[in-house]
Amino acid sequence: MDFELSEEEVALGESVRALCAARFPLEALQQAASLTAARPAGRVEGGGSSSTFDRKGWAALASSGVFALQVPEADEGVGLGMAPATVVFEELGRALVPGPLVSTHLAAREASAAFSGADEGKVVVGSIGRPPASGPEALPPLIVGHLANLDVLAVVSDGGIEVVEPSSLQASQIERSLDPLTPMWRVDQLPAGESIGDSNAAARWRRDESVLVAALLVGLAARCVEMAVQYAKEREQFGRPIGSFQAVKHICADMLVRAETARVAVQAAALTVDQPDVGDAERAAAGAALLSAEAAQANAKACIQVHGGMGFTWEVPVHLYLMRARVLAESLGPRGALAELVADRY
Amino acid sequence: MDLRYSEAEEKFRAELKAWLAEALPSLPPAPAASDWPARRSFDTNWQRMLHAAGYAGIDWPTDGGGRGASPVEQLIYLEELERAHAPYVGVNFVGLLHAGPTISVEGTPDQRARFLPPILRGDHVWCQGFSEPSAGSDLAALQTRAVRDGDEYVVSGSKIWTSHAEVADYCELLVRTGPKDGRHKGITWLAMEMDRPGIDFRPLQTIAGSTEFGQLFLDQVRVPVANRVGEEGDGWRVAMVTLSFERGTAFVGEVIQSMELLHSLRELARRSGAWDAPDTRRRLGALGAKLDALWALARRNVSSAARTGVPGIGGSVYKLALSEARQELAELGMDLAGRSGLSWDELDGLDGSGSLGNAEIVNTWVHSLSRTIAAGTSQIQRNIIAERILGLPKG
Repeated sequence: MDFELSEEEVALGESVRALCAARFPLEALQQAASLTAARPAGRVEGGGSSSTFDRKGWAALASSGVFALQVPEADEGVGLGMAPATVVFEELGRALVPGPLVSTHLAAREASAAFSGADEGKVVVGSIGRPPASGPEALPPLIVGHLANLDVLAVVSDGGIEVVEPSSLQASQIERSLDPLTPMWRVDQLPAGESIGDSNAAARWRRDESVLVAALLVGLAARCVEMAVQYAKEREQFGRPIGSFQAVKHICADMLVRAETARVAVQAAALTVDQPDVGDAERAAAGAALLSAEAAQANAKACIQVHGGMGFTWEVPVHLYLMRARVLAESLGPRGALAELVADRY
Repeated sequence: MDLRYSEAEEKFRAELKAWLAEALPSLPPAPAASDWPARRSFDTNWQRMLHAAGYAGIDWPTDGGGRGASPVEQLIYLEELERAHAPYVGVNFVGLLHAGPTISVEGTPDQRARFLPPILRGDHVWCQGFSEPSAGSDLAALQTRAVRDGDEYVVSGSKIWTSHAEVADYCELLVRTGPKDGRHKGITWLAMEMDRPGIDFRPLQTIAGSTEFGQLFLDQVRVPVANRVGEEGDGWRVAMVTLSFERGTAFVGEVIQSMELLHSLRELARRSGAWDAPDTRRRLGALGAKLDALWALARRNVSSAARTGVPGIGGSVYKLALSEARQELAELGMDLAGRSGLSWDELDGLDGSGSLGNAEIVNTWVHSLSRTIAAGTSQIQRNIIAERILGLPKG
């Protein structure tokens, strides 16, 4: 038993961090966010590219193996499991990399021809859950992110996985999406698609999706700790750094506790998926999703609090973490359902 | 990252489980909580059994008489003892987890030979004399005075939160040998025999009605200089060796116990019908996720210790989060117990299976309040995290 990152895992994380710093610098993302928010109202035609999606950056992610990471080596993939994938996705989350990262990554490891090219970054795959026939989740609206840049849309339901041609959707772009870097479309009707996976494939997709989304959320949570701590060391009031006051220290300490516990939960869940004899992967995945959603959202809010009035301004980028955290947390489904899943299996 | 245990680790676990299955049924019945001589006898008997089986001082180095187990084996040991409901370390806590490890690292060969074997055999019980009425979280403010007189120190002052003092043979004592306002400098670590003249003890009753600790009054107690561990004036550093240990693996069993308690509360909720309320299931699940994460964090900390050889700073994060989760768990228990939670005495009717009674729930609830105070308050833990891990400036 060695629950520390291996040298290879550390190196993998560092290489993705360096790539993100070069390809997705925060200043560029802030600029893109400002352009989107300022964009005048109007429909965006399907297939057009938006400033929030960078094809070249996407290709760079692909060539570093982000999408082929879990594709077997026999199929020219990297041949790694979920645990190293969480190391990669934590870095992508920390850097606020926009785009349908998790669905493209999961699609690449499916054998279906419909997803062919996802591993190389040539095919961008989005995903949406098909709503049940009844219950609160059945109510509109149906929302899908990054629609204009999708080549394939995976529709995941209890019954299985289908693929739908994005241009066949009747959808309208939401003028101002909550997260300026995740443009959203409201889908009026979701047509039936071609079935490419059964209910087991769908269950596996959903479980692994929640672990990788949780890894992105851990990246956000951890980055918020760093930003808050850095600001608390620099900002002076009453003649000393605000980080010397216990009231501020304790906010930062609680942020670290949330980020660290969420991180080990996510990594343990991923290992449980990879090594099923070490525990209950469904319970671990739901628990990791719950804790990481809480960590990212609470830390983004605490980070704004530590930044004071400036934290509430557009020019300090903390709000981008808060909004991304909300978007990702929403994709995990209702908190109550995650908690009930853990309780059912405890 | 790998959560699978090696063949050697699994072999260690299997042997331990087999021994526990054989040893535990031979234990005498547990004594009453307030009968300290009987508790000493019960706990030291258990320690002798561990010693005979080769498990005493599991984490101690072999040249100190311990087993010298790896951090992962220690984790397995703590996990399996908890799962088997083996006796708690009890009155041997300070000897095995504080004084012993300190002496094994900082003591002279003579001190190691004198003090360590009796702790491992269950012959000597130790208590702790660190905190004082005016030096709690601010331990460096301690004022108990030791004045050198030939081959002895003459010690006067008062210590508080001293557990098991009435049945202890030795006390690990922090005294001031330097100037009064010297803070961390001028503190010395002594092993004080508890049968010396001038020692008086007043038990303090807890809000749970128990007398597990109290206040020591020291009036010109003579302690041989040969009982000084480390140099005179170097006691702060010597004491920190012990405390970093306490924040390492000392609370591993507690997370396992908390997970088992949550499982029992779940069963209780299912029988009582409380389970039908989504709010109950969600509280159970949210807490389950936290405890699962803390178990993962314990394994992360142990893995880190296995690589670096020291418990590491993760201990403060773990201790803080576990203390708070423990209180949440206790609160959930009381909510599920309902009216039965209004009685310290066992009542019929809470649980048809009899596996979890209201008395245990009430005791867990009251004791949970001490978790965020003992072994460094949660506020002190947050300061440690902020200053030593995050590097925020001291106030």
